[in-house]
Amino acid sequence: MNQKLNARTITNKELFYGHKACGGCGEALAVRLAMKVLGERTFASLPAGCMSAVSFIYPNMAFTSNAIITPFASTGAVAAGVAAGLKALGIEDTHSVGFAGDGGTADIGLQALSGAIDRNDDIIYFCNDNEAYMNTGIQKSGLTPYGTRTTTSPAGENLPGSITMKKNMFEIVAAHGIAYAATASIGYLEDFMKKVQKAKDIKGTSYIHVFAPCPTGWGHESNIAVSLAKQAVDCGLWYLAEYENGEFTLNKNPKEFSSVEDYLKVQGRFKHLEDRDIEIIKNHRDTKWKKMRRDWVR
Amino acid sequence: MGKKLFISGNDAVAEGVRLAKPHVISAYPITPQTIAVERLSEMVEDGSLRAEYMHVESEHSALACAMGVSSVGARAFTATSSQGLLYMAECLPYASGARMPIVMMNANRALATPWNIYGDQMDSMFLINSGWIQVYVEDAQEALDMMIQAYKIAEHEEVMTPMMVNLDGFVLTHTYELVEIPEQNKVDEFLPPINMTKQKMDVDNPKSLCISAGNDFNMEFKIKQEMDMKNSVTVIEGVDKEFGDKFGRYYNGMLEEYRCEDAQVILITTGSVTGTSRIVVDALREEGKKVGLLKLRYLRPFPAEGISDTVKNAKVVGVIDKNISFGFEGTIFTNVNSALITLEKTPKTINFIGGLGGRDITKKNIDEMFESLLKEASGEKQERIQYMNVRCMG
Repeated sequence: MNQKLNARTITNKELFYGHKACGGCGEALAVRLAMKVLGERTFASLPAGCMSAVSFIYPNMAFTSNAIITPFASTGAVAAGVAAGLKALGIEDTHSVGFAGDGGTADIGLQALSGAIDRNDDIIYFCNDNEAYMNTGIQKSGLTPYGTRTTTSPAGENLPGSITMKKNMFEIVAAHGIAYAATASIGYLEDFMKKVQKAKDIKGTSYIHVFAPCPTGWGHESNIAVSLAKQAVDCGLWYLAEYENGEFTLNKNPKEFSSVEDYLKVQGRFKHLEDRDIEIIKNHRDTKWKKMRRDWVR
Repeated sequence: MGKKLFISGNDAVAEGVRLAKPHVISAYPITPQTIAVERLSEMVEDGSLRAEYMHVESEHSALACAMGVSSVGARAFTATSSQGLLYMAECLPYASGARMPIVMMNANRALATPWNIYGDQMDSMFLINSGWIQVYVEDAQEALDMMIQAYKIAEHEEVMTPMMVNLDGFVLTHTYELVEIPEQNKVDEFLPPINMTKQKMDVDNPKSLCISAGNDFNMEFKIKQEMDMKNSVTVIEGVDKEFGDKFGRYYNGMLEEYRCEDAQVILITTGSVTGTSRIVVDALREEGKKVGLLKLRYLRPFPAEGISDTVKNAKVVGVIDKNISFGFEGTIFTNVNSALITLEKTPKTINFIGGLGGRDITKKNIDEMFESLLKEASGEKQERIQYMNVRCMG
């Protein structure tokens, strides 16, 4: 497919619909669009998480192409097995794809993902990052950022919510020497679709880490999920980048960041933050961007 | 006649797997299973086995990967032991509930702690409720033969259930025996390529697998699974008969009785201890003692009817367990007693727990077991649960 992917050219055919996700779910949008780009010869592996919970409720199946729920830790391993089985059977022109959440990727599924990348299995792995264990009721994950109130990182007199920063999954994956890795956001959908298209054409393991707001878990209006995702990139708390042929590239390098406060204040999970917490968040952002701007801009 | 090789149980497993032609092998090394997977990797390297060898990073992924393979209708093999089996434990009911015909070798080995690499059955007993068919083999030849039979049973459309082939760690995995290697063309006739017609993801007929079913449907799935597992007995017996007709080796399906006809006392065994027990039975028969032996091959499905039929005229039945369900007794003993309760006149039963952590069960020990069974039969009351060959009792 050489045609430029955008809202006009993307297929009207739905491969993921009728699911029971919340209104405004960023993750469901990411899966729906990824499936449109990948097409119906896609085999999707989903571990425990919102997307599997809302899509496989017997007898109502939300994927019209092939899909399987995997054990929580096993997205990488099951997707690898699917790819190996298809290859062994001589079934060509297919895509074995994993859709895991942030916990399913950065915590419990990290080992199996690492194994798949090490073997360079021909799979595309999506980390749909909504920054906490949403399916089980908003608990802290390894990708929950500093200062987030979750049900297991409460904010109170002694703690500002989560006190860890956010595992650097993109660079962890890149450090394996993966064929292709990218970060993306549902706030920049054309960029996301372009990256899915790239991963689709790559032989070997690809990883796409897509930032996807969760109205229920983040405590924001369901009609602002996309604009909030865009805002996260614009204020520098998320970034769009690629790793390919051993090189990092920063895809979007804003001259000035938009307001971090504006991004945080519309979300219930950050309502409690004090100025000093916001300073910590900004400092962390600036350190990261200094390095990215130094090393990833060519 | 196939050629004969002097090989270990692990080698025999690898030879059997090669003949069964799986598409993908995903395995993680653990003693005493390692030699089986080493041989398989060599076979893949030298081209004598045309399969993908997946170097997974854990046992959990070994079985998860096999599930991926099976989900698209390809033939998968994995092998493990002990801690490895427990590490992948979560995936076992997952695979059986999804009705994936995966075959796995398990080298029966003790569980930590104390840390121990030698053979007992604590590992597979832990997973007896996992929904997998469990077979226990007596020697290297049976190990090889069961690799071939296992795929035929597991992939049978009325069974569609994964199968665990258990070998006693070291005693079988690392002991060398003369093993006949069946000819490939005959194996191919016996075991055609896998042909999953349903229950697989397919480009032309897409499916969602490993779905969720709430309290409105869950029980129907589980009861169907249970019915199919129970009905697999017919398939197991049919496959064994067909195998015997083709290769000249019959294993008597679910269980094998030895000199039980007029036996007053019968000892129930699984795995390699059966061979030792046979010798003791022969010696005692020479002395005119009416003793018999019943080898359980399958523990799931459990051959309850076969057991009660075989022992119904005996006075006392002994059960060897190389495992303990802590706080109660040996697991096989519990199962056997449950089977016998259906008889109008139930024989007395005695549990012999031994062989833990690889401790030998010698001919002398088995002799002692029969002695105890015979005493009980003659009215001299015996301990119901006896710990064999242990120094710290009381």
